[in-house]
Amino acid sequence: MIEVQGLSKVFGDPQSDKAVKAVSDATFTVDAGEIFAFLGPNGAGKTTTIQMLTTLLKPTSGTVRIDGLDPVAKPLEVRRRFGIVFQDPSVDGELTAYENMDLHGVLYHVPRKLRTERIESLLKLFELWDRRTSLVKTFSGGMRRRLEIARGLLHTPKILFLDEPTLGLDPQSRNQLWTHVKHLNVEEGVTVFLTTHYMEEAEKTAQRVAIIDHGRIVAQGSAQELKAQTGADSLEGAFLKLTGTMIRDEASSSVDQMRQFAKMWSGNRR
Amino acid sequence: MNVIYVLWLREIKRYLRSRAQIIGSLAQPALYLLVLGFGFGAVFQQAGQGSYLQFIAPGIIAMGILFTSVFSGIGLLWDRQFGFLKETLVAPVPRLTIMAGRTLGGATIAIIQGTLVLAVCILVGFRPESWAAVPVALLFMALIAVVFAALGTAIGSTLKDMQGFQLIMNFLIMPIFFLSGALFPLDNLPGPLHVATRLDPLAYGVDGLRGAFIGVNHIGVLLDVSVLVVLSGLFLVLGAWAFSKIQV
Repeated sequence: MIEVQGLSKVFGDPQSDKAVKAVSDATFTVDAGEIFAFLGPNGAGKTTTIQMLTTLLKPTSGTVRIDGLDPVAKPLEVRRRFGIVFQDPSVDGELTAYENMDLHGVLYHVPRKLRTERIESLLKLFELWDRRTSLVKTFSGGMRRRLEIARGLLHTPKILFLDEPTLGLDPQSRNQLWTHVKHLNVEEGVTVFLTTHYMEEAEKTAQRVAIIDHGRIVAQGSAQELKAQTGADSLEGAFLKLTGTMIRDEASSSVDQMRQFAKMWSGNRR
Repeated sequence: MNVIYVLWLREIKRYLRSRAQIIGSLAQPALYLLVLGFGFGAVFQQAGQGSYLQFIAPGIIAMGILFTSVFSGIGLLWDRQFGFLKETLVAPVPRLTIMAGRTLGGATIAIIQGTLVLAVCILVGFRPESWAAVPVALLFMALIAVVFAALGTAIGSTLKDMQGFQLIMNFLIMPIFFLSGALFPLDNLPGPLHVATRLDPLAYGVDGLRGAFIGVNHIGVLLDVSVLVVLSGLFLVLGAWAFSKIQV
């Protein structure tokens, strides 16, 4: 379902010393119907990889095939085939849950009748139907996440990308979210590509795991295989053996800076 | 078409839901109108130019449209921050469609806002010469709205953070407003200032509005319309190009 060959992304001029190699020579495949976890420390290249798979970034070199299609050559075709839940929320807080879903349905050309049916069943599945007319800005973090996943599934994608879907959620919401994801994988046969920091979640949910560090894939296989390979007794142990225990610093993005700025402003107002 | 419509509708819904913001954004034009309109009224009358309130009301309406439409374009920055921009960028629709929906939404809001400012003007004593001219005035309001909503989209697509936004406000939008002749007549100006006002797109909008409302033109209705139509086309292309270059 996803085939990646020698994928690299360099930010900045490749000839200068300021160039940053975010991803280098990554190769992996994700089979149809599989749950695949992509693990790595902060700044390892997880999000950059997802952005290249989802047509948001052009690779510097290497090839990507999503359901047999090239995201660079056929972006619209590829976009129809996946749903994505970003690391940062991307629902519109000023619209209601239902309006967010409906807008998504129109963007993805889901016919009206099918749209109303799918929205109802997905909002019910994710236990948001009772709150469908509430503005999303009144939702808790867990509810927003559920809404994002429900929305990502509205156009019946073949692949669901989840970039750190459980970041900042309490254990109850996390547990519930993974139950949903597994259920969808089994019931609808959706291929899931996820990144997470929580190793036990990856171990419980994913059939196969790839570990990326400094833009390179350092290991891949089932959690069992990785544990055997490193002699660790948990996936977390294997992860630390493969990537070391040093803490990584990530350069803040312009979005982070703006968020900081917005905080300053709203602080003044209060 | 459907996609343009829902994105347009989103802008309208967001606008109508922010009641406090609507009232807040009427406060500034009202302040200009009351303080300047009555403050300079006596001087203006002595100079033999008639009622200053009659004179600046079209300028203040243009101001309301200018700010609302530019802000709506810069709203892209907020969508970038709150993530909604990404939702539209990964959708299987051409960027041009997304840009069109947003920009038309912004322009529509600006027209509504302009109409509200007109109502405020009438409330404090402004009287159009003839009501028959209102459709012409509406045409100019729409043209101003499209020109600056498209410019706003172009700016919003290039900016990465709020600091840049302050620069744009101080060095682009405020000069556009002050040089437009919204507050003073555009004749007998010193040479350089005269040239600057002729380079200001809003000058043609203000002139057209004033011509429609009180029958006073410095530039000429035909030239006003032509300049605004050409600029809408130009800025729409510019906005679409800038929007297509956005990287997440």
